[in-house]
Amino acid sequence: MTTVDLSPRPLPDPPGPLDAARDVTAFVGRSLRRSTRQLDTLLLAVMLPVMLLLLFVYVFGGAISAGMEYVDFVVPGIVLLTAGYGAATAAVDVASDLGNGIVDRFRSMPVPVTGVLTGHVVASLVRNAVSTALVVGVALLVGFDPVASPGEWCAALGVVALFVLALTWVSVAIGTVASGPEAASGFTFFILFLPYVSSAFVPVDTMPSVLATIASWNPVTPVADAVRGLLLGLPLDGALGAAVAWCVGIAVAGRLGAGLLFRRTP
Amino acid sequence: MEEPAIVTEGLRKSYGRVTVLDGVDLVAPRGQVLALLGPNGAGKTTTVRILSTLVTPDAGTARVAGFDVRREPQRVRAAISLTGQYAAVDELLTGEENLVLAARLAHLPRARLRSAAAEMLDLFDLTDAARRPVRTYSGGMRRRLDLAVSLLSRPQVLFLDEPTTGLDPRSRNALWAVVRDVVTAGATVLLTTQYLDEADELADRVVVVDHGRVIADGTAAALKSAVGTATVEVALADGTRRSLPTDGSVADVRRLLGDVEPLDVAEWRVRTPTLDDAFLALTGQPAVATPAAPQPALAGASPTSRPAPTGPSTTEQR
Repeated sequence: MTTVDLSPRPLPDPPGPLDAARDVTAFVGRSLRRSTRQLDTLLLAVMLPVMLLLLFVYVFGGAISAGMEYVDFVVPGIVLLTAGYGAATAAVDVASDLGNGIVDRFRSMPVPVTGVLTGHVVASLVRNAVSTALVVGVALLVGFDPVASPGEWCAALGVVALFVLALTWVSVAIGTVASGPEAASGFTFFILFLPYVSSAFVPVDTMPSVLATIASWNPVTPVADAVRGLLLGLPLDGALGAAVAWCVGIAVAGRLGAGLLFRRTP
Repeated sequence: MEEPAIVTEGLRKSYGRVTVLDGVDLVAPRGQVLALLGPNGAGKTTTVRILSTLVTPDAGTARVAGFDVRREPQRVRAAISLTGQYAAVDELLTGEENLVLAARLAHLPRARLRSAAAEMLDLFDLTDAARRPVRTYSGGMRRRLDLAVSLLSRPQVLFLDEPTTGLDPRSRNALWAVVRDVVTAGATVLLTTQYLDEADELADRVVVVDHGRVIADGTAAALKSAVGTATVEVALADGTRRSLPTDGSVADVRRLLGDVEPLDVAEWRVRTPTLDDAFLALTGQPAVATPAAPQPALAGASPTSRPAPTGPSTTEQR
Protein backbone atom coordinates (compact mmCIF):
# COMPACT_ATOMS: atom_id res chain seq x y z
CA MET A 1 0.00 0.00 0.00
CA THR A 2 0.97 3.61 -0.26
CA THR A 3 2.87 5.20 2.53
CA VAL A 4 1.35 8.61 2.94
CA ASP A 5 2.55 10.74 5.80
CA LEU A 6 -0.51 11.30 7.98
CA SER A 7 1.40 12.45 11.05
CA PRO A 8 0.23 15.81 12.41
CA ARG A 9 2.03 18.84 11.02
CA PRO A 10 3.74 21.09 13.51
CA LEU A 11 1.59 24.17 14.00
CA PRO A 12 2.53 26.92 11.56
CA ASP A 13 3.05 30.50 12.67
CA PRO A 14 -0.15 32.53 12.81
CA PRO A 15 -1.01 33.54 9.25
CA GLY A 16 0.13 36.98 8.14
CA PRO A 17 -1.16 39.41 5.50
CA LEU A 18 0.80 37.61 2.78
CA ASP A 19 -0.92 34.34 3.65
CA ALA A 20 -4.28 36.09 3.56
CA ALA A 21 -3.51 37.44 0.10
CA ARG A 22 -2.57 33.94 -1.07
CA ASP A 23 -5.80 32.55 0.37
CA VAL A 24 -7.93 35.13 -1.42
CA THR A 25 -6.05 34.36 -4.64
CA ALA A 26 -6.88 30.69 -4.14
CA PHE A 27 -10.58 31.53 -3.70
CA VAL A 28 -10.50 33.71 -6.84
CA GLY A 29 -8.94 30.80 -8.73
CA ARG A 30 -11.67 28.51 -7.47
CA SER A 31 -14.46 30.85 -8.59
CA LEU A 32 -12.89 31.39 -12.02
CA ARG A 33 -12.63 27.64 -12.52
CA ARG A 34 -16.25 27.27 -11.50
CA SER A 35 -17.18 29.86 -14.12
CA THR A 36 -15.47 27.88 -16.87
CA ARG A 37 -17.56 24.84 -15.84
CA GLN A 38 -20.79 26.81 -16.18
CA LEU A 39 -20.51 27.97 -19.76
CA ASP A 40 -24.26 27.52 -20.18
CA THR A 41 -24.79 30.24 -17.58
CA LEU A 42 -22.36 32.51 -19.41
CA LEU A 43 -24.04 31.73 -22.71
CA LEU A 44 -27.44 32.66 -21.27
CA ALA A 45 -25.95 35.88 -19.90
CA VAL A 46 -25.01 36.78 -23.49
CA MET A 47 -27.93 35.30 -25.44
CA LEU A 48 -30.61 36.98 -23.37
CA PRO A 49 -29.36 40.56 -23.86
CA VAL A 50 -28.57 39.92 -27.52
CA MET A 51 -32.12 38.73 -28.13
CA LEU A 52 -33.50 41.75 -26.29
CA LEU A 53 -31.19 43.99 -28.32
CA LEU A 54 -32.52 42.57 -31.58
CA LEU A 55 -36.08 42.82 -30.29
CA PHE A 56 -35.66 46.44 -29.27
CA VAL A 57 -33.83 47.49 -32.42
CA TYR A 58 -35.87 45.68 -35.05
CA VAL A 59 -39.31 45.23 -33.46
CA PHE A 60 -39.95 48.09 -31.02
CA GLY A 61 -37.29 50.51 -32.16
CA GLY A 62 -39.19 51.91 -35.12
CA ALA A 63 -42.03 52.98 -32.83
CA ILE A 64 -39.85 54.58 -30.18
CA SER A 65 -38.66 58.09 -30.71
CA ALA A 66 -35.60 58.78 -28.60
CA GLY A 67 -34.33 61.81 -30.44
CA MET A 68 -31.58 59.80 -32.14
CA GLU A 69 -31.05 56.48 -33.90
CA TYR A 70 -32.74 54.08 -31.49
CA VAL A 71 -29.95 51.51 -31.72
CA ASP A 72 -27.52 54.12 -30.40
CA PHE A 73 -29.90 55.01 -27.59
CA VAL A 74 -30.62 51.46 -26.49
CA VAL A 75 -27.19 49.78 -26.61
CA PRO A 76 -25.93 51.37 -23.38
CA GLY A 77 -29.15 50.14 -21.73
CA ILE A 78 -28.63 46.64 -23.09
CA VAL A 79 -25.04 46.66 -21.82
CA LEU A 80 -26.33 47.49 -18.33
CA LEU A 81 -28.96 44.79 -18.55
CA THR A 82 -26.23 42.31 -19.45
CA ALA A 83 -24.10 43.50 -16.56
CA GLY A 84 -26.96 43.40 -14.08
CA TYR A 85 -28.05 39.91 -15.05
CA GLY A 86 -24.48 38.61 -15.04
CA ALA A 87 -23.78 40.17 -11.65
CA ALA A 88 -26.92 38.72 -10.12
CA THR A 89 -25.79 35.15 -10.81
CA ALA A 90 -23.27 35.62 -7.99
CA ALA A 91 -26.22 35.28 -5.61
CA VAL A 92 -26.72 31.72 -6.87
CA ASP A 93 -23.04 30.88 -6.39
CA VAL A 94 -23.03 32.12 -2.81
CA ALA A 95 -26.31 30.42 -1.93
CA SER A 96 -25.14 27.08 -3.30
CA ASP A 97 -21.84 27.36 -1.41
CA LEU A 98 -23.73 27.95 1.82
CA GLY A 99 -26.12 25.13 1.03
CA ASN A 100 -23.60 22.34 0.52
CA GLY A 101 -21.46 22.77 3.62
CA ILE A 102 -18.27 23.83 1.87
CA VAL A 103 -18.43 27.19 3.64
CA ASP A 104 -18.37 25.38 6.99
CA ARG A 105 -15.20 23.69 5.89
CA PHE A 106 -13.62 27.02 4.91
CA ARG A 107 -14.77 28.52 8.20
CA SER A 108 -12.98 25.77 10.09
CA MET A 109 -9.73 26.62 8.29
CA PRO A 110 -7.32 29.43 9.27
CA VAL A 111 -8.21 31.52 6.23
CA PRO A 112 -9.98 34.88 5.77
CA VAL A 113 -13.33 33.33 5.01
CA THR A 114 -14.89 36.35 3.27
CA GLY A 115 -12.28 35.55 0.61
CA VAL A 116 -14.89 33.08 -0.66
CA LEU A 117 -17.10 36.07 -1.47
CA THR A 118 -14.24 38.07 -2.96
CA GLY A 119 -13.58 35.09 -5.22
CA HIS A 120 -17.15 35.13 -6.50
CA VAL A 121 -17.03 38.90 -7.03
CA VAL A 122 -13.79 38.81 -9.04
CA ALA A 123 -15.12 35.93 -11.14
CA SER A 124 -18.30 37.94 -11.75
CA LEU A 125 -16.24 40.89 -13.01
CA VAL A 126 -14.32 38.61 -15.39
CA ARG A 127 -17.48 36.87 -16.64
CA ASN A 128 -19.12 40.23 -17.24
CA ALA A 129 -16.10 41.53 -19.14
CA VAL A 130 -16.53 38.61 -21.53
CA SER A 131 -20.30 38.94 -21.91
CA THR A 132 -20.13 42.74 -22.27
CA ALA A 133 -17.52 42.41 -25.01
CA LEU A 134 -19.71 39.93 -26.88
CA VAL A 135 -22.84 42.07 -26.55
CA VAL A 136 -21.00 45.21 -27.68
CA GLY A 137 -19.63 43.21 -30.63
CA VAL A 138 -23.15 42.24 -31.71
CA ALA A 139 -24.31 45.83 -31.16
CA LEU A 140 -21.62 47.10 -33.55
CA LEU A 141 -22.82 44.56 -36.13
CA VAL A 142 -26.42 45.80 -35.97
CA GLY A 143 -25.46 49.42 -36.47
CA PHE A 144 -24.37 50.83 -33.10
CA ASP A 145 -22.23 53.82 -34.00
CA PRO A 146 -20.36 55.25 -31.02
CA VAL A 147 -18.14 58.31 -31.41
CA ALA A 148 -16.12 57.88 -28.20
CA SER A 149 -12.39 58.51 -27.96
CA PRO A 150 -10.28 55.74 -26.36
CA GLY A 151 -10.35 57.70 -23.10
CA GLU A 152 -14.16 57.91 -23.20
CA TRP A 153 -14.38 54.18 -23.96
CA CYS A 154 -12.24 53.50 -20.91
CA ALA A 155 -14.39 55.77 -18.76
CA ALA A 156 -17.59 54.14 -20.02
CA LEU A 157 -16.26 50.64 -19.39
CA GLY A 158 -15.05 51.79 -15.98
CA VAL A 159 -18.59 52.91 -15.12
CA VAL A 160 -19.96 49.56 -16.32
CA ALA A 161 -17.36 47.74 -14.20
CA LEU A 162 -18.32 49.80 -11.14
CA PHE A 163 -21.97 49.01 -11.83
CA VAL A 164 -21.13 45.29 -12.02
CA LEU A 165 -19.11 45.54 -8.81
CA ALA A 166 -21.97 47.25 -6.97
CA LEU A 167 -24.63 44.83 -8.16
CA THR A 168 -22.41 41.81 -7.53
CA TRP A 169 -21.83 42.76 -3.90
CA VAL A 170 -25.57 43.30 -3.44
CA SER A 171 -26.19 39.92 -5.09
CA VAL A 172 -23.64 38.28 -2.81
CA ALA A 173 -25.40 39.77 0.21
CA ILE A 174 -28.73 38.46 -1.12
CA GLY A 175 -27.09 35.07 -1.67
CA THR A 176 -26.06 34.86 2.00
CA VAL A 177 -29.67 35.20 3.15
CA ALA A 178 -31.40 33.25 0.36
CA SER A 179 -32.82 29.93 1.48
CA GLY A 180 -31.16 28.15 -1.44
CA PRO A 181 -29.86 28.49 -5.00
CA GLU A 182 -33.41 28.48 -6.42
CA ALA A 183 -34.48 31.39 -4.23
CA ALA A 184 -31.28 33.21 -5.14
CA SER A 185 -31.90 32.74 -8.85
CA GLY A 186 -35.30 34.40 -8.45
CA PHE A 187 -33.37 37.51 -7.50
CA THR A 188 -31.67 37.57 -10.90
CA PHE A 189 -35.06 38.22 -12.49
CA PHE A 190 -35.68 41.17 -10.20
CA ILE A 191 -32.34 42.64 -11.32
CA LEU A 192 -33.29 41.93 -14.92
CA PHE A 193 -36.31 44.23 -14.59
CA LEU A 194 -34.46 47.05 -12.86
CA PRO A 195 -33.35 48.78 -16.09
CA TYR A 196 -36.89 48.95 -17.51
CA VAL A 197 -37.99 51.74 -15.17
CA SER A 198 -34.99 53.92 -15.95
CA SER A 199 -33.50 55.78 -18.87
CA ALA A 200 -31.95 52.55 -20.16
CA PHE A 201 -34.48 51.84 -22.93
CA VAL A 202 -36.60 54.97 -23.30
CA PRO A 203 -36.08 58.61 -22.32
CA VAL A 204 -37.44 59.23 -18.81
CA ASP A 205 -39.52 62.26 -19.86
CA THR A 206 -41.70 60.07 -22.07
CA MET A 207 -43.01 58.16 -19.02
CA PRO A 208 -46.12 59.03 -16.96
CA SER A 209 -45.13 61.39 -14.15
CA VAL A 210 -45.16 58.78 -11.33
CA LEU A 211 -42.94 56.39 -13.27
CA ALA A 212 -40.74 59.25 -14.40
CA THR A 213 -40.14 60.20 -10.77
CA ILE A 214 -39.23 56.61 -9.88
CA ALA A 215 -37.04 56.33 -12.95
CA SER A 216 -35.19 59.55 -12.18
CA TRP A 217 -34.30 58.10 -8.75
CA ASN A 218 -33.40 54.68 -10.15
CA PRO A 219 -29.60 54.37 -9.91
CA VAL A 220 -29.64 52.73 -13.33
CA THR A 221 -30.68 56.09 -14.84
CA PRO A 222 -27.48 58.07 -14.09
CA VAL A 223 -25.41 55.01 -14.98
CA ALA A 224 -27.19 54.63 -18.33
CA ASP A 225 -26.97 58.39 -18.98
CA ALA A 226 -23.25 58.38 -18.17
CA VAL A 227 -22.43 55.40 -20.39
CA ARG A 228 -24.58 56.78 -23.22
CA GLY A 229 -23.08 60.26 -22.86
CA LEU A 230 -19.53 58.95 -22.89
CA LEU A 231 -20.02 56.64 -25.88
CA LEU A 232 -22.12 59.00 -28.03
CA GLY A 233 -20.45 62.28 -27.11
CA LEU A 234 -23.59 63.72 -25.48
CA PRO A 235 -23.56 66.24 -22.63
CA LEU A 236 -23.17 64.40 -19.32
CA ASP A 237 -24.95 66.96 -17.10
CA GLY A 238 -23.45 65.49 -13.93
CA ALA A 239 -24.55 61.95 -14.77
CA LEU A 240 -21.00 60.64 -14.51
CA GLY A 241 -20.50 61.89 -10.96
CA ALA A 242 -23.94 60.64 -9.91
CA ALA A 243 -23.29 57.24 -11.49
CA VAL A 244 -19.94 56.83 -9.75
CA ALA A 245 -21.37 57.99 -6.41
CA TRP A 246 -24.33 55.59 -6.65
CA CYS A 247 -22.16 52.63 -7.66
CA VAL A 248 -19.50 53.23 -5.01
CA GLY A 249 -22.18 53.72 -2.36
CA ILE A 250 -24.05 50.56 -3.32
CA ALA A 251 -20.82 48.57 -3.62
CA VAL A 252 -19.67 49.61 -0.14
CA ALA A 253 -23.09 48.95 1.39
CA GLY A 254 -23.29 45.57 -0.36
CA ARG A 255 -19.77 44.65 0.73
CA LEU A 256 -20.43 45.56 4.36
CA GLY A 257 -23.80 43.83 4.40
CA ALA A 258 -22.45 40.70 2.75
CA GLY A 259 -19.53 40.55 5.20
CA LEU A 260 -21.79 40.94 8.22
CA LEU A 261 -24.39 38.46 7.01
CA PHE A 262 -21.75 35.94 6.00
CA ARG A 263 -19.79 36.08 9.23
CA ARG A 264 -22.74 35.87 11.62
CA THR A 265 -22.49 32.67 13.60
CA PRO A 266 -25.58 30.80 14.64
CA MET B 1 2.72 17.10 30.83
CA GLU B 2 1.23 17.69 27.44
CA GLU B 3 -2.26 19.15 27.46
CA PRO B 4 -4.98 16.83 26.14
CA ALA B 5 -6.04 17.43 22.55
CA ILE B 6 -9.57 18.37 23.57
CA VAL B 7 -10.80 19.62 26.93
CA THR B 8 -14.24 21.07 27.53
CA GLU B 9 -15.86 22.18 30.75
CA GLY B 10 -19.52 22.94 31.19
CA LEU B 11 -20.32 23.62 27.53
CA ARG B 12 -23.80 25.06 27.14
CA LYS B 13 -25.70 26.08 24.05
CA SER B 14 -29.34 26.95 23.51
CA TYR B 15 -31.23 27.96 20.41
CA GLY B 16 -34.14 30.02 21.63
CA ARG B 17 -35.77 27.96 24.36
CA VAL B 18 -34.32 24.68 23.14
CA THR B 19 -31.32 23.64 25.19
CA VAL B 20 -29.00 21.68 22.95
CA LEU B 21 -26.01 21.36 25.28
CA ASP B 22 -26.56 21.36 29.01
CA GLY B 23 -23.07 21.31 30.49
CA VAL B 24 -20.81 18.98 28.52
CA ASP B 25 -17.41 17.97 29.94
CA LEU B 26 -15.02 16.08 27.67
CA VAL B 27 -11.37 15.12 27.66
CA ALA B 28 -9.62 13.56 24.68
CA PRO B 29 -5.98 12.64 25.31
CA ARG B 30 -3.62 13.13 22.37
CA GLY B 31 -3.28 10.28 19.95
CA GLN B 32 -6.56 8.64 20.86
CA VAL B 33 -10.03 8.26 19.42
CA LEU B 34 -12.88 9.71 21.42
CA ALA B 35 -16.34 8.68 20.32
CA LEU B 36 -19.41 10.77 21.08
CA LEU B 37 -22.24 8.29 21.04
CA GLY B 38 -25.87 9.29 21.12
CA PRO B 39 -29.14 9.46 19.21
CA ASN B 40 -30.21 12.27 16.88
CA GLY B 41 -30.61 15.53 18.72
CA ALA B 42 -28.37 14.52 21.62
CA GLY B 43 -26.03 17.44 20.92
CA LYS B 44 -23.23 15.62 19.13
CA THR B 45 -23.09 17.84 16.08
CA THR B 46 -23.38 21.03 18.13
CA THR B 47 -20.43 19.89 20.23
CA VAL B 48 -18.38 19.29 17.10
CA ARG B 49 -19.39 22.66 15.68
CA ILE B 50 -18.28 24.41 18.87
CA LEU B 51 -14.96 22.55 18.97
CA SER B 52 -14.30 23.36 15.30
CA THR B 53 -15.00 27.10 15.94
CA LEU B 54 -18.16 27.25 13.83
CA VAL B 55 -20.47 27.95 16.75
CA THR B 56 -19.86 29.98 19.90
CA PRO B 57 -20.95 28.33 23.14
CA ASP B 58 -23.26 30.25 25.50
CA ALA B 59 -21.20 29.15 28.50
CA GLY B 60 -18.30 26.92 29.39
CA THR B 61 -14.81 26.57 27.99
CA ALA B 62 -13.32 24.47 25.24
CA ARG B 63 -9.66 24.05 24.40
CA VAL B 64 -8.52 22.23 21.28
CA ALA B 65 -4.84 21.48 20.57
CA GLY B 66 -3.96 23.76 23.48
CA PHE B 67 -5.94 26.80 22.27
CA ASP B 68 -9.19 28.31 23.48
CA VAL B 69 -11.85 28.05 20.76
CA ARG B 70 -13.30 31.43 21.62
CA ARG B 71 -10.16 33.48 22.18
CA GLU B 72 -7.82 31.89 19.62
CA PRO B 73 -10.03 30.44 16.91
CA GLN B 74 -7.43 30.92 14.17
CA ARG B 75 -4.86 28.87 16.11
CA VAL B 76 -7.45 26.14 16.65
CA ARG B 77 -8.33 26.16 12.95
CA ALA B 78 -4.68 25.69 12.00
CA ALA B 79 -4.61 22.48 14.04
CA ILE B 80 -7.89 20.82 13.05
CA SER B 81 -9.87 19.40 10.16
CA LEU B 82 -13.60 18.92 10.04
CA THR B 83 -15.53 16.34 8.07
CA GLY B 84 -19.22 16.91 8.50
CA GLN B 85 -22.22 14.75 7.81
CA TYR B 86 -22.44 15.90 4.22
CA ALA B 87 -19.54 15.94 1.79
CA ALA B 88 -18.31 19.53 1.74
CA VAL B 89 -16.60 19.54 -1.62
CA ASP B 90 -17.00 21.70 -4.70
CA GLU B 91 -19.27 19.88 -7.12
CA LEU B 92 -18.10 21.80 -10.18
CA LEU B 93 -14.40 21.21 -9.62
CA THR B 94 -12.64 17.90 -10.17
CA GLY B 95 -11.47 15.77 -7.27
CA GLU B 96 -7.89 16.83 -7.94
CA GLU B 97 -8.84 20.52 -8.06
CA ASN B 98 -10.64 20.22 -4.74
CA LEU B 99 -7.53 18.74 -3.16
CA VAL B 100 -5.17 21.30 -4.69
CA LEU B 101 -7.43 24.07 -3.39
CA ALA B 102 -7.29 22.52 0.08
CA ALA B 103 -3.51 22.26 -0.20
CA ARG B 104 -3.27 25.94 -1.12
CA LEU B 105 -5.48 26.96 1.79
CA ALA B 106 -3.40 24.78 4.11
CA HIS B 107 -0.34 26.77 2.93
CA LEU B 108 1.56 23.78 1.66
CA PRO B 109 4.67 24.72 -0.31
CA ARG B 110 3.87 25.43 -3.95
CA ALA B 111 5.94 22.47 -5.10
CA ARG B 112 3.94 20.12 -2.85
CA LEU B 113 0.42 21.09 -3.95
CA ARG B 114 0.07 18.54 -6.75
CA SER B 115 2.05 15.75 -5.14
CA ALA B 116 0.09 16.03 -1.89
CA ALA B 117 -3.16 15.90 -3.86
CA ALA B 118 -1.94 12.88 -5.82
CA GLU B 119 -1.00 11.02 -2.63
CA MET B 120 -4.47 11.56 -1.20
CA LEU B 121 -6.17 10.49 -4.43
CA ASP B 122 -4.12 7.32 -4.32
CA LEU B 123 -4.78 6.67 -0.63
CA PHE B 124 -8.53 6.99 -1.15
CA ASP B 125 -8.62 5.08 -4.41
CA LEU B 126 -9.76 8.09 -6.42
CA THR B 127 -6.87 8.38 -8.88
CA ASP B 128 -8.99 7.19 -11.82
CA ALA B 129 -11.65 9.79 -11.05
CA ALA B 130 -9.17 12.59 -10.31
CA ARG B 131 -9.95 14.62 -13.45
CA ARG B 132 -13.72 14.20 -13.29
CA PRO B 133 -16.02 16.85 -11.81
CA VAL B 134 -17.18 15.83 -8.34
CA ARG B 135 -20.78 16.17 -9.50
CA THR B 136 -20.27 12.88 -11.36
CA TYR B 137 -19.06 11.07 -8.23
CA SER B 138 -21.09 8.54 -6.26
CA GLY B 139 -22.00 9.31 -2.65
CA GLY B 140 -19.25 7.08 -1.34
CA MET B 141 -16.64 8.70 -3.57
CA ARG B 142 -17.69 12.15 -2.38
CA ARG B 143 -17.31 11.11 1.24
CA ARG B 144 -13.87 9.68 0.51
CA LEU B 145 -12.82 12.87 -1.21
CA ASP B 146 -14.19 14.88 1.70
CA LEU B 147 -12.06 12.90 4.13
CA ALA B 148 -9.06 13.21 1.81
CA VAL B 149 -9.47 17.00 1.86
CA SER B 150 -9.54 16.87 5.66
CA LEU B 151 -6.43 14.73 5.95
CA LEU B 152 -4.37 16.61 3.39
CA SER B 153 -3.49 19.33 5.88
CA ARG B 154 -2.31 16.63 8.36
CA PRO B 155 -4.35 17.96 11.28
CA GLN B 156 -3.50 17.39 14.93
CA VAL B 157 -7.18 16.91 15.69
CA LEU B 158 -9.65 15.43 13.23
CA PHE B 159 -13.41 15.84 13.75
CA LEU B 160 -15.61 13.28 12.06
CA ASP B 161 -19.33 13.95 12.39
CA GLU B 162 -21.17 10.70 11.70
CA PRO B 163 -18.58 9.69 9.12
CA THR B 164 -20.17 6.37 8.15
CA THR B 165 -23.86 7.29 8.05
CA GLY B 166 -25.11 6.17 4.66
CA LEU B 167 -21.93 4.33 3.67
CA ASP B 168 -21.97 0.76 2.44
CA PRO B 169 -20.12 -1.76 4.63
CA ARG B 170 -17.05 -1.86 2.41
CA SER B 171 -16.60 1.92 2.42
CA ARG B 172 -17.25 1.93 6.16
CA ASN B 173 -14.49 -0.59 6.78
CA ALA B 174 -12.10 1.36 4.57
CA LEU B 175 -12.88 4.52 6.50
CA TRP B 176 -12.30 2.78 9.79
CA ALA B 177 -8.91 1.62 8.53
CA VAL B 178 -7.94 5.17 7.62
CA VAL B 179 -9.03 6.45 11.01
CA ARG B 180 -6.79 3.85 12.67
CA ASP B 181 -3.86 4.90 10.46
CA VAL B 182 -4.37 8.56 11.32
CA VAL B 183 -4.35 7.81 15.03
CA THR B 184 -1.34 5.54 14.71
CA ALA B 185 0.44 8.45 13.03
CA GLY B 186 -0.20 10.53 16.14
CA ALA B 187 -3.38 12.51 15.47
CA THR B 188 -6.39 12.71 17.75
CA VAL B 189 -9.83 11.88 16.41
CA LEU B 190 -13.19 12.91 17.79
CA LEU B 191 -15.97 11.08 16.04
CA THR B 192 -19.70 11.18 16.57
CA THR B 193 -21.78 8.15 15.88
CA GLN B 194 -25.14 6.56 16.53
CA TYR B 195 -23.68 3.10 16.28
CA LEU B 196 -22.39 1.27 19.31
CA ASP B 197 -20.36 -1.11 17.15
CA GLU B 198 -18.57 1.78 15.48
CA ALA B 199 -17.65 3.36 18.81
CA ASP B 200 -16.56 -0.04 20.03
CA GLU B 201 -14.51 -0.70 16.91
CA LEU B 202 -12.59 2.56 16.89
CA ALA B 203 -12.70 4.43 20.16
CA ASP B 204 -10.33 4.40 23.09
CA ARG B 205 -12.92 6.27 25.08
CA VAL B 206 -16.65 6.53 24.57
CA VAL B 207 -18.76 9.39 25.84
CA VAL B 208 -22.49 8.76 25.71
CA VAL B 209 -24.57 11.89 25.34
CA ASP B 210 -28.30 12.33 25.67
CA HIS B 211 -30.34 15.54 25.70
CA GLY B 212 -27.19 17.65 25.83
CA ARG B 213 -25.67 15.88 28.83
CA VAL B 214 -22.95 13.28 29.24
CA ILE B 215 -24.59 10.18 30.71
CA ALA B 216 -21.59 7.86 30.54
CA ASP B 217 -17.87 8.28 29.99
CA GLY B 218 -15.39 5.45 29.92
CA THR B 219 -13.53 2.94 27.84
CA ALA B 220 -15.38 1.01 25.20
CA ALA B 221 -14.85 -2.14 27.26
CA ALA B 222 -16.39 -0.58 30.34
CA LEU B 223 -19.37 0.60 28.35
CA LYS B 224 -19.81 -2.82 26.85
CA SER B 225 -19.73 -4.53 30.18
CA ALA B 226 -22.41 -2.12 31.34
CA VAL B 227 -24.45 -2.89 28.25
CA GLY B 228 -24.14 -6.63 28.35
CA THR B 229 -22.96 -9.17 25.89
CA ALA B 230 -24.01 -10.43 22.54
CA THR B 231 -26.85 -12.94 22.30
CA VAL B 232 -27.66 -15.76 19.95
CA GLU B 233 -31.25 -15.27 18.91
CA VAL B 234 -33.17 -18.27 17.74
CA ALA B 235 -36.60 -18.36 16.14
CA LEU B 236 -38.23 -21.78 16.20
CA ALA B 237 -40.65 -23.07 13.60
CA ASP B 238 -43.47 -22.94 16.14
CA GLY B 239 -42.96 -19.19 16.46
CA THR B 240 -41.23 -19.12 19.83
CA ARG B 241 -38.06 -17.14 20.18
CA ARG B 242 -35.08 -17.63 22.42
CA SER B 243 -32.35 -15.20 23.31
CA LEU B 244 -29.19 -16.88 24.57
CA PRO B 245 -26.36 -14.77 26.07
CA THR B 246 -22.95 -15.53 24.58
CA ASP B 247 -19.42 -14.25 25.02
CA GLY B 248 -19.22 -14.15 21.23
CA SER B 249 -16.45 -16.72 20.84
CA VAL B 250 -16.72 -19.39 18.15
CA ALA B 251 -16.73 -22.13 20.75
CA ASP B 252 -19.52 -20.56 22.74
CA VAL B 253 -21.71 -19.90 19.71
CA ARG B 254 -21.12 -23.46 18.50
CA ARG B 255 -22.09 -24.82 21.91
CA LEU B 256 -25.30 -22.79 22.00
CA LEU B 257 -26.23 -23.80 18.49
CA GLY B 258 -25.53 -27.41 19.41
CA ASP B 259 -28.02 -27.04 22.23
CA VAL B 260 -30.80 -25.81 19.98
CA GLU B 261 -30.02 -27.97 16.98
CA PRO B 262 -32.48 -30.78 17.90
CA LEU B 263 -35.27 -28.21 17.86
CA ASP B 264 -36.88 -27.05 14.64
CA VAL B 265 -34.87 -23.85 14.10
CA ALA B 266 -36.38 -21.54 11.50
CA GLU B 267 -33.84 -18.75 11.80
CA TRP B 268 -30.90 -17.76 13.98
CA ARG B 269 -28.42 -14.97 14.26
CA VAL B 270 -25.87 -13.41 16.55
CA ARG B 271 -27.12 -10.08 17.81
CA THR B 272 -24.60 -7.58 19.13
CA PRO B 273 -25.71 -4.81 21.51
CA THR B 274 -26.99 -1.64 19.88
CA LEU B 275 -27.19 1.94 21.00
CA ASP B 276 -30.67 1.09 22.25
CA ASP B 277 -29.25 -1.56 24.55
CA ALA B 278 -26.67 0.88 25.83
CA PHE B 279 -29.34 3.45 26.57
CA LEU B 280 -31.51 0.88 28.21
CA ALA B 281 -28.60 -0.12 30.41
CA LEU B 282 -27.54 3.44 31.22
CA THR B 283 -30.84 5.26 31.54
CA GLY B 284 -33.45 2.56 31.84
CA GLN B 285 -35.04 4.01 28.69
CA PRO B 286 -34.51 3.34 25.01
CA ALA B 287 -32.73 5.97 22.95
CA VAL B 288 -35.23 8.49 21.66
CA ALA B 289 -34.39 11.37 19.40
CA THR B 290 -35.45 14.70 20.82
CA PRO B 291 -38.58 16.01 19.10
CA ALA B 292 -36.70 18.87 17.47
CA ALA B 293 -34.49 16.46 15.56
CA PRO B 294 -35.14 16.57 11.82
CA GLN B 295 -35.16 12.82 11.26
CA PRO B 296 -36.82 9.95 13.07
CA ALA B 297 -34.55 8.13 15.48
CA LEU B 298 -32.64 5.63 13.43
CA ALA B 299 -31.46 3.86 16.53
CA GLY B 300 -34.94 3.33 17.80
CA ALA B 301 -36.53 2.45 14.51
CA SER B 302 -36.08 -1.30 14.64
CA PRO B 303 -34.98 -3.91 17.16
CA THR B 304 -31.66 -4.32 15.42
CA SER B 305 -30.73 -1.02 13.89
CA ARG B 306 -27.89 -2.65 12.00
CA PRO B 307 -27.23 -6.14 10.79
CA ALA B 308 -25.00 -7.69 13.39
CA PRO B 309 -21.48 -8.22 12.10
CA THR B 310 -21.05 -11.92 11.61
CA GLY B 311 -19.88 -13.85 14.60
CA PRO B 312 -17.62 -12.58 17.28
CA SER B 313 -16.54 -9.34 15.64
CA THR B 314 -16.85 -7.44 18.87
CA THR B 315 -14.22 -9.50 20.60
CA GLU B 316 -11.63 -10.03 17.92
CA GLN B 317 -10.29 -6.53 17.54
CA ARG B 318 -7.05 -5.27 19.08
